[in-house]
Amino acid sequence: MSRNPYVREVPRTTWYMRNRRYIRYMLREVTCVFIGLYAASLTVGLVRLAQGPGEWAVYVNGISSPSGLLFSLLALGFACYHSISWFNVTPKAMRIPRGDDFVPGPAIISAHYIIWGVVSLVFLLMMGVL
Amino acid sequence: METIESDVVIVGAGGAGLRAAIALAEADPGLRVSLLSKVYPMRSHTCAAEGGAAGVAGADDSMDLHFNDTVGGGDWLCDQDAVDFFINEAPKELTRLDHWGCPWSRDKDGRVSVRPFGGMKIKRTWYAADKTGFHLLHTLFQTSLQFESIRRFDEVFTTDLLVVDGKVQGCCAVEMRSGEMKQFLAPAVILCTGGGGRIFPFTTNGAIKTGDGMALAYRAGVPLKDMEFVQYHPTGLPATGILLTEGCRGEGGVLRNKDGYRYLQDYGMGPETPLGETVLKTMELGPRDRLSQAFWHEQQKGNTVPTKWGDCVLLDMTHLGEKKIHERLPFVQELAHAYASVDIVKEAVPIRPVVHYMMGGIHTDINAATPLPGLFAAGECACVSINGANRLGSNSLTELLVFGKRAAESAAEYVRSAAPKTDRAAADQQASAAEARVRALFERTEGAETMTAIRNAMTHTMETGAGIYRDEAMLTDTVNTLADLRSRRSGIALRDKSKVFNTEFTQLLELDNMLDVAQAVAVSALARKESRGSHQRLDYVERNDDTYLKHSMAHYQGEDAPRIDYLDVVITKSRPGVRDYSGAKS
Amino acid sequence: MSQRQITFEILRYDPETESEPRFQAYCVPCEEEWVVLDALNYIKDNLDGTLSYRWSCHMAVCGSCGMMINGEPMLSCKAFVRDFPNGGSIRVEPLTHFPIERDLVVVMDDFMDKLQAVKPYVIPKKKRTVEDGTYKQTPKQLHQYQQYSMCINCMLCYAACPQYALAPDFIGPAALALTHRYNLDSRDHGRPQRQEVVAAHEGVWECSFVGACSEVCPKDVDPAGAIQQMKIASTVDWYLEHLMPWRRK
Repeated sequence: MSRNPYVREVPRTTWYMRNRRYIRYMLREVTCVFIGLYAASLTVGLVRLAQGPGEWAVYVNGISSPSGLLFSLLALGFACYHSISWFNVTPKAMRIPRGDDFVPGPAIISAHYIIWGVVSLVFLLMMGVL
Repeated sequence: METIESDVVIVGAGGAGLRAAIALAEADPGLRVSLLSKVYPMRSHTCAAEGGAAGVAGADDSMDLHFNDTVGGGDWLCDQDAVDFFINEAPKELTRLDHWGCPWSRDKDGRVSVRPFGGMKIKRTWYAADKTGFHLLHTLFQTSLQFESIRRFDEVFTTDLLVVDGKVQGCCAVEMRSGEMKQFLAPAVILCTGGGGRIFPFTTNGAIKTGDGMALAYRAGVPLKDMEFVQYHPTGLPATGILLTEGCRGEGGVLRNKDGYRYLQDYGMGPETPLGETVLKTMELGPRDRLSQAFWHEQQKGNTVPTKWGDCVLLDMTHLGEKKIHERLPFVQELAHAYASVDIVKEAVPIRPVVHYMMGGIHTDINAATPLPGLFAAGECACVSINGANRLGSNSLTELLVFGKRAAESAAEYVRSAAPKTDRAAADQQASAAEARVRALFERTEGAETMTAIRNAMTHTMETGAGIYRDEAMLTDTVNTLADLRSRRSGIALRDKSKVFNTEFTQLLELDNMLDVAQAVAVSALARKESRGSHQRLDYVERNDDTYLKHSMAHYQGEDAPRIDYLDVVITKSRPGVRDYSGAKS
Repeated sequence: MSQRQITFEILRYDPETESEPRFQAYCVPCEEEWVVLDALNYIKDNLDGTLSYRWSCHMAVCGSCGMMINGEPMLSCKAFVRDFPNGGSIRVEPLTHFPIERDLVVVMDDFMDKLQAVKPYVIPKKKRTVEDGTYKQTPKQLHQYQQYSMCINCMLCYAACPQYALAPDFIGPAALALTHRYNLDSRDHGRPQRQEVVAAHEGVWECSFVGACSEVCPKDVDPAGAIQQMKIASTVDWYLEHLMPWRRK
C-alpha cells in the first residue's frame, strides 16, 4: 500500500497556546473559577451571619483585609470580562426576526448592556449605596 | 487490479453527473450506480456559474418564445427537435430543484423570481442571488447523499473507456490517493465531465476543466461536434479571468468604452436604452457573441482602456445603488472587491471578454446517446445540440439538468433491453493495456520538453489563432502549431515518481486531453468558411446557410489531424433568419 | 512593475519515501495582485512540479484550496500576498486537524462521512410532484436559512476548531450549520430525524463555543451561531418533553 497518511498530534495539555483565539477562549472559561470562588465566599458569609454577630464580624474583617479586597477586585475584573465576552457573542445565539430581516447584532449587544446597567442600578439603590 | 462492477458508470460528478445519478436512483433503486469524479463533487465547476437557469415561468412567457430565443441566439445551428424537448422539460427540472431545496430567490408573494438575461425576450432566468450554480450543485450533491444505490468514487481520474466489439463495457480510472488503477465494469457509461476552457489562456473555467470526457469519447471513435464554437463571455475580470455574471447587465449594468460612451449602440444593438432601464434583447442584453465581438472592434479602434493585464472596457453598475447590488449581486461585489480592488457601488469595473463555454462537444442525439452503443453524454462535454453556434446565458444550467436526467433514462433503458453481456476477458485485457500505458508515462527519460512550455504554447496559439475573430492564416498557423505540440508531448517526462496524489501525473493526462480537444477546435474552425454565432471569420464575414447550415463532426485520427465531415441540422419550424438585437419591438 | 520576492516555506510530505513532513523553501517573484495560490502555481509550473495541492476555481467558491497560511486556515485563492508583512516569508501547511495525504493535500473522508450523517437534504412532509409546482417560500422564510446555505465545504472551520482536534467524533461546524440550514427551511420537515445526530454528545453539545469557526469562515456562514441556536432549540425540546409530557405528539 502506497498510502500512509500522516497524523499531526495535538498537544493535549497545551493546545490552547497555539493561537490567540484559543487563549482568549480559555481566559473566558477561566473567569468562571473566580466567579465560583466569589460565590463560595458569599455562601461562607451567609453561614457566618447565621452563626452570630461574632462570626459575622470575623468574616467582614476577612473580606475587608487587603488580600480580601484584592480578591474581590480580581473577581470583579473577571466577572466583567466574563459578561462582556458573553454579551458580545449573544447575537450568534439569538436571532430575533424583524420584518424580512433580523435585529442587528449591535442592537442586541447594546440591549444587554442596558439591562446590565439597570439591574446594577436597582441593586445599588436597594442596598442604599446610591 | 481491483474491479468494480455496476450497471451504470457516470464519469463526472458536477451538475449533469449528479442529476443523472439521482435520476437513476429514483428510477430503479436496484441499479448499481458508480459515480466517478477526479474531484470531490462539490468542487465541480458547476459551482462557479452565477447568473441563473432558464425555464418558462411567467404568464407572459411561452414555450415558443423560449424556443425562438434559443434557436435565434444559436444562429440556427441548434437541432430544433432537441430545443423543443429542452424547453418543455426546463420548468419541470427547475421545479424539482425547488423541491430538493435549491434556495431560489423569491418574490414578495413567495413565488420564484425570474430575472432578465442576454438574448432572452422575456424574463425567464431563475436565480439564487448570484450563486445559482453553486446552490444548484450543492443541492444536487446533498440530495444525492440519500440514495444508497449511488456509490461515489471521489478523486479518481478516468483514463480510458473499455470498448469491446464496438460496445462500451466500462472504464479504467486511477485512484489518485493510491495511484492504483481500477477497472469499472458496466454496460453503460455516462460522460458528464464538463468543458475544456483551459485550452485557452484567459478563461473563466477552473483548473479542472480540461476536456477529459471529450477526449475519452473522441479517442474511442465518437465524433466531436461543432467544436469551433467557443463562447467568450463579455465580462471577465482582467488578470484572473473571474466571471462577473450576466446578471450584472440583467440588473441594469452598462458597458462603456474609455470615453464613457455606451458603444454597443454602434454594433447593431442600439438604440441606447435609458440608464437603469433594461430593454430585453437590446444593448447590454444582447447575446454574448455580439458583445464580445463589439469589444474586439472597440479595441481595434483604440477605444479600450489599457491596463496591466490587457485592454479592457468598463462595466458600470454605480447607478444601481448599494441596496440592489447587495441584494442581487453580492458575490459580484465580493469578487470585484477582492480581485480587482473595485467597489462596484462607487466605480465602474474594468472587464474584458474571456473564454467561458464550449458549445461543441461529444456528439449525442436527442436522447443523450452517442453513436457508440452504451456511451451517453450530458452537460457541457456533450453537444446535443441545443446551443448551436452561441449559447444563451442561463440555458446551460438548465441543460445539464434536462439532459443529465435524459442520459440516465436512456442508459437505464439500454441496460434493461440492449446491453450486451460483459466480455470479461476482453475487458481485462484492455484494462491491463491501459495500466501499462499509464506505467510507461513514469518511465520516460527526461528530455528537453516540459509540460509548462507545451501547455503555454497551446494556450497561446489558441488565443492568437482561434480567438474571437479568426482567419485562414491565423488558423492554419494554430493548426500547425498544435500538430507540432502533439508530436512533442511524448517527450515530457514525469519528475514526480510518487503514486500518492501525484498531480504532475494527472496534469500530464489533462494536457494530453487538452491537446486533442484543442486540435479538434482549430481544425473544425479552419474548415468552417463562414461566420456564424461565436465563430467569426475575417475572411468569410457572412453566414452561409447553403453550405454550412450543418454540424461539423471531428473524427479522431490518432497522431494525424482529425477528419471533418458534416451532419445536417434538424430544422422543424424555424427557418434561418436575421438575428435582430436592435431593440426591434416585433 | 511592482514585483516582490517572497519566500514560501511549504510543508512537504511524501508518504512513500518520508516518515514525517518537512518544510521546503521556494523563492517566488510575486506580482502585487497575486494570491498565495498563484505563487503555488508558479512553483508547480516553474520550480518544482512535484508539489501537490488541490485547487480549481480560483474564485473562492469551489472550496478546494483551504490551507494553513502563517498558521491561519485560509483559502489560498483569497489570501493576497500584499496582505502579508513585507520582507517576511509565508508559511504554507495543509489544513490542520486532518491527516496529511501528501504535501498540502489532506484526507477528507471524515468530513465527507459527517456531511452525510446529518441528512443534508429536504425531507418533505408529503412527497411533492412536478405538477404540484414550486413551494411558496417568502423572502422572509428564505432569509431564515439562507446564510447557512452558503457553506462551500472548504473545511477551514474544522481546522480552526480546537474541539474537533481534541474530540474527533465531533460532527463539527460545517456539517452542523448545514443541519441547521435544512431544519430552518420551510420546505423541510426532517428535523426530528436529524435530532438523533444533533442532540447526541458528538453533536451540538461537544461545541464549547470557542467561535473560531465563524471567524475563519470565508463565506460568513457563522457555524458557531447555528450551533448555539440548535443548543437552545434542543434544550427547549428537552424541557417540553420532560416537563410537559402532554405536549408530546
